[in-house]
Amino acid sequence: MGKKVGLLDLDLCGPSIALMTGLNETTIYRNEKGWIPLTTLTTPPFSPLAVMSIAFLLKNSSSAVIWRGPKKNAMIKQFLEDVDWGDLDYLLIDTPPGTSDEHISVAEALKHRADDVSAILVTTPQIIAVNDVRREITFCHKAGIPIVGIIENMSGYVCPHCSDCTNIFSSGGGQSLAELANVTFLGNIPIDPDLCESAEKGINYLNQFENSEASKRLSDIAGKLITQTT
Amino acid sequence: MSGDHPSDCVGIDSEQAGKAPGCAGCPNASVCASGKQFDETSQLVEIEKRLRSIKHILLIISGKGGVGKSTFSANLARFLASNESINVGLLDIDICGPSIPRAMGLEGEQVHMSSDGWSPIYIQDNLAVMSSGFLLGSLEDAVIWRGPKKNGLIKQFLKDVDWPPLDYLIIDTPPGTSDEHLSIVSFLKKCANLNGAIVVTTPQEAALLDVRKQIDFANRVGLPIIGLVENMSHFVCSSCHKESFIFKPTSGGAKSLSSSCNIQLLASIPIDPIIGKSIDQGIACWEENKESPAVLAYQSLSKKIIEMFPI
Repeated sequence: MGKKVGLLDLDLCGPSIALMTGLNETTIYRNEKGWIPLTTLTTPPFSPLAVMSIAFLLKNSSSAVIWRGPKKNAMIKQFLEDVDWGDLDYLLIDTPPGTSDEHISVAEALKHRADDVSAILVTTPQIIAVNDVRREITFCHKAGIPIVGIIENMSGYVCPHCSDCTNIFSSGGGQSLAELANVTFLGNIPIDPDLCESAEKGINYLNQFENSEASKRLSDIAGKLITQTT
Repeated sequence: MSGDHPSDCVGIDSEQAGKAPGCAGCPNASVCASGKQFDETSQLVEIEKRLRSIKHILLIISGKGGVGKSTFSANLARFLASNESINVGLLDIDICGPSIPRAMGLEGEQVHMSSDGWSPIYIQDNLAVMSSGFLLGSLEDAVIWRGPKKNGLIKQFLKDVDWPPLDYLIIDTPPGTSDEHLSIVSFLKKCANLNGAIVVTTPQEAALLDVRKQIDFANRVGLPIIGLVENMSHFVCSSCHKESFIFKPTSGGAKSLSSSCNIQLLASIPIDPIIGKSIDQGIACWEENKESPAVLAYQSLSKKIIEMFPI
């Protein structure tokens, strides 16, 4: 698809993006325009991702970021204002769970570009997860952030021994939430241990397992997102 | 920069908090200087007084979201309370994402006030529940609050809930190492009956990474860790009965974390669809299948907890 993409991790207390993109640097450099994001090692046809996370600023990955709201907000503001992303088609912002400081801060900080901002909601199929996402929809409405659509993750698991599919976390929750909230349903992604393992090792799953069901679904969702946002 | 407070941070309890030379430039300085969160020694005393009759307070924590903290808290409460002579309370301080009402089959319940405080909701005579979910009008209602407001509600939950005499109070926390966690630990500072925290994780490194941070947090704020629980440890197929790993323990799982941090591994709970299903339906998981490996794992875990913290 050849888009230039940046990935910003705003989960300050539990950053996972560094691990999942295979970037374990602990130093960030600046130029005159601001912090320089790190880029992933990617083989064509995939373009490299520009990535920024608090993980790159921590000397020790085991030490906790014990910050109350105001400090988190200052960091978020800095991430949004002081990173030199260069030319990007898309900036994906990964947020922590909840509807609190981080979410309010990012919504406020991006207000001046409201026309370019929208949200993708990720849920798992079971009601207990869907209910939290319902609250997130309310947050988006109140913050005036349009919702591109809902993705259902961890949707069904195929046993590697007998190929029987089990809906470990129930099924269909994302779809029914989309209908209830009158939001586009972008698709579901099955549970795939290879996807999880690739994330753990910072490997590009779409490259390694391009024929898997989850890869197809992810590409399909990416295609829909591009159509919807251009 | 380091992930810590400024290196010369005097700490939130200091009289110099927010005013010391090192505080200049720290975004938290004004909050600390106002002393608002911690001015009230008398409030800590009040909390201690309110919770004094509880024998054991157990916090359920995990740095990571989605590892099953609320599922674990709900199940632990139910299994402990399956013995009629044990009185259990369950407090949900995940203000923005309260899952406990659904998990306990109490969605739509409202909190009532009495002259003695907020009445918790009783599932059975010996199991009482309190959650911010009970304060919301509908499932669509979002609590869009910054830290200080969340902290205020947590304080109220500790100070104003009219618990019956309890053997165990289980406190379910949100993910992270931020406001809620700092608050609950400082609010319970005077409570000698706070036994510590049970840390919930899943096997993969993405979860363990955050859990290590949570352990570091606990060590730094002086919160004892009771043990680790590995949730979603493996999957047993109901058709062929063979095991497989969905979340592969690429870095050794909770077992290696347990030995590297010298923390007891209390239980490994397998992935079992009946757990998710029973939580969604708000019923006890053993009503689905008494013999399921996950049910048995919970059973032996709750026995272990009772042995560790006798009533």
